[in-house]
Amino acid sequence: MKLIVNGNTMEVARVQTVDDLIKELKLAGKGAIVELNEEILNKSQHAETVLANGDKVEIVHFVGGG
Amino acid sequence: MLKIGNHEFSSRLLLGTGKFPDFDVQKEAVNVSGTEILTFAVRRMNIFDPEQPNFLEKLDASKYTLLPNTAGAKTAEEAVRIAKLAKASGLCDMIKVEVIGDFKTLLPDPVETLRASEILLNEGFTVLPYASDDVLLAKKLEDLGVHAIMPGASPIGSGLGIINPLNISLIVEQATIPVIVDAGIGSPADAALAMELGADGVLLNTAVSGAEDPVKMAKAMKLAIEAGRLGYEAGRIPKRRYATASSPLEGMSV
Repeated sequence: MKLIVNGNTMEVARVQTVDDLIKELKLAGKGAIVELNEEILNKSQHAETVLANGDKVEIVHFVGGG
Repeated sequence: MLKIGNHEFSSRLLLGTGKFPDFDVQKEAVNVSGTEILTFAVRRMNIFDPEQPNFLEKLDASKYTLLPNTAGAKTAEEAVRIAKLAKASGLCDMIKVEVIGDFKTLLPDPVETLRASEILLNEGFTVLPYASDDVLLAKKLEDLGVHAIMPGASPIGSGLGIINPLNISLIVEQATIPVIVDAGIGSPADAALAMELGADGVLLNTAVSGAEDPVKMAKAMKLAIEAGRLGYEAGRIPKRRYATASSPLEGMSV
């Protein structure tokens, strides 16, 4: 399946849900916040939201700022 | 007590988390400052670096109320998106609305700030707009129903201190919601002045993170804000053009 993650086109195998993608990228437990095709997901939706070929995924988190 | 929306705080210092030399210094400075509110930004994760530090874990963020900002937004819509991303973390309901209109001065865009604040209030956020020190803008934001107003002392990161104390005091005088002086604070004297003018709190970042000794400066800011607040509550003497003797003029032994 081909996804566009943070502007990068990537081919992922074994990934079905948003949770799977976060684990595949080894970003689990790091406070990832996900937007799928410009729709913001709550944390509780990560496990149940299924990805499709061509989906646009934005993964953000908190960084230092004032 | 500082009350913002449904939140109550005993510290009147809000501390930003940008540009500290490292996470250990940051953690120590945050501890020493006594702050209960931390600000931060929302940015893309580096999806190619599983080793990137988890900012919240390093700070034990569960001990603090988190105040994400919408820095990076140039329009109300961009600010609303960032606010919603922050809220989707499930960790916070407060948002510092920051819509920058000019990238040389980093001054906030008043029209977009007003629009973003209105949308976010309708979405149920606790809204703290960072705004210029315009008295009427502060009034219009308060009329919208924002939970605190955060006028800038001077441009972000400039360290110029309060360049228009009259405006800050007029904003304080008319406000029935907390006024938090945000941005431009350089020294403890600036922070103390903000509090002496009647501000309910001060939000600062670079003044601490960019100091030669950030931990010591965090302590200095804590004390300055406490001193300024006490001074405001105590009521200072009026300024006079000529001297008035402190010692009795009668009873001199000659």
